Amino acid sequence: MDDFLLRALLGGLGVALAAGPLGTFIVWRRMAYFGDTLAHSGLLGVVLGVMLRVDPQLGVVATCLLVALALVLLQRQRGLATDTLLGILAHATLSLGLVALAFLETVRVDLVGYLFGDILAITVSDLYWIWGGGLLALAALAGLWRPLLAITVHEELAQVEGVAVFPIRLAFMLLVALVIAVAMKVVGILLITSLLIIPAAAARRFARSPEGMAALASLFGGAAVGLGLWASLRWDTPAGPSVVVAATALFALGFAVPTQSRR
Amino acid sequence: MSNRVEELPRAEMAARTISEERRTLPAEPLLTVENVNLAIRGNPILRDVSLRVTAGEIVALIGPNGAGKSTLARVALGLMRADSGRVWRKPGARVGYMPQRLGVDDALPLSVRRFVTLGTPASRERVREALVEVGAAHTLDAPVQAISGGELQRVLLARALLREPELLVLDEPIQGVDVNGQYELYDLISGLRQRRGCGILMVSHELHLVMAATDHVLCLNRHVCCSGHPDHVARDPAYLKLFGLDGVRHLAIYHHHHNHRHDLHGAVVESAEDGAHG
Repeated sequence: MDDFLLRALLGGLGVALAAGPLGTFIVWRRMAYFGDTLAHSGLLGVVLGVMLRVDPQLGVVATCLLVALALVLLQRQRGLATDTLLGILAHATLSLGLVALAFLETVRVDLVGYLFGDILAITVSDLYWIWGGGLLALAALAGLWRPLLAITVHEELAQVEGVAVFPIRLAFMLLVALVIAVAMKVVGILLITSLLIIPAAAARRFARSPEGMAALASLFGGAAVGLGLWASLRWDTPAGPSVVVAATALFALGFAVPTQSRR
Repeated sequence: MSNRVEELPRAEMAARTISEERRTLPAEPLLTVENVNLAIRGNPILRDVSLRVTAGEIVALIGPNGAGKSTLARVALGLMRADSGRVWRKPGARVGYMPQRLGVDDALPLSVRRFVTLGTPASRERVREALVEVGAAHTLDAPVQAISGGELQRVLLARALLREPELLVLDEPIQGVDVNGQYELYDLISGLRQRRGCGILMVSHELHLVMAATDHVLCLNRHVCCSGHPDHVARDPAYLKLFGLDGVRHLAIYHHHHNHRHDLHGAVVESAEDGAHG
């Protein structure tokens, strides 16, 4: 196997591993649009990173966090529904990113690569980022698991039972931001959410416990990466979108498999 | 010298007074709410409301829709902040809460057993015991989204009980439960108070049932209309005005039921319901 393919596979698997469990929470908490919004703001983060001469991925994490905080503050203002606020933030930040990009005359930024991912161009240092960030996110999620599950099921009940709701929620947003920054290279800003929610959705039919669903989501995500890369080589299709198509195919196939009788 | 002689009877008297008082007036307060005011978007929801729950006591909040009952319960739990006034809970008190609604996303595979242990880790055996206590043992391994409304109420109560609560806050504990189940649940709740000695704050609009099972009733319509022992409240003009004839009729039916409760539990319930419609 060529080196670039091996790096692509390793990078994709690292992202799938972290995206699975995090994605299940995004599905359970009905935050798909939130994930999308953070991802859209990623481009602004890249541009800011380049402007400030720091690592673009760091810029992405920081920008995602700022957007998450902005959302929390905006939500206090009643009158506009959350999905409206998310729609504003998503497209405002994406457009801001594109406008800011125009000011970077001296630096060439691979726009298409950021928008749709460039998994075949993953470098060794990218791999460190992906696996370091991914494993960090997974470890943190494992630590947060119990209280996060409790507030996902019923926030006020959890609060009465002693869960510090706001810090947990904030920590979860931080993890989503981290994984988005990590996954950007693989599938790109516009497709990141798919890697979070499609494997999780595919896992639902076969899972009998929250943990089982999280593990299955990682597995399905990994399989989608492998399948997508193979298909991309075989038919010379763009790699990132091929991975998403593969995940969707797995999701669709899931309906063909009969499950044990559910009550 | 003379002190010693005097001290003995005094101590004895004090002991007797305490044991007598304990039956009627439990001493230990678990929760006090004092002169609380709360407005939501300029709309006053609670005006100068006070309440107190002590160990072994059931306090009921009754009142029409929009009277602020749930809001008061949430303020008492610390889930909402009052604009003014004081809310005090016994420091370190274990609190069990039964919320009015539970909307678990269908995408979350969660069994009843996992659900009730989300707040308190417990062995399968302890979970089973708690579910048996509330009469929902058969739901143990069912997905929490698949059980009926009445079963869900029982499961929520089991989750609260697993915490071994000193203070229980129940928001509409019998909604979605059929008539026979309602009496069962109320018996269960008043039994809890006796067996576990916990203080209970309960929100309800099922007047006849509330009146049967509680020690203290707070009749709320954004302010406290009247409060006291159920019999006392039932005669209060403010109460009669708030609930009108319908409420009063329910109350009469309750008394009938109460008289016969030990003899014919189910049968009396049935005839009482017939009477309400006839």
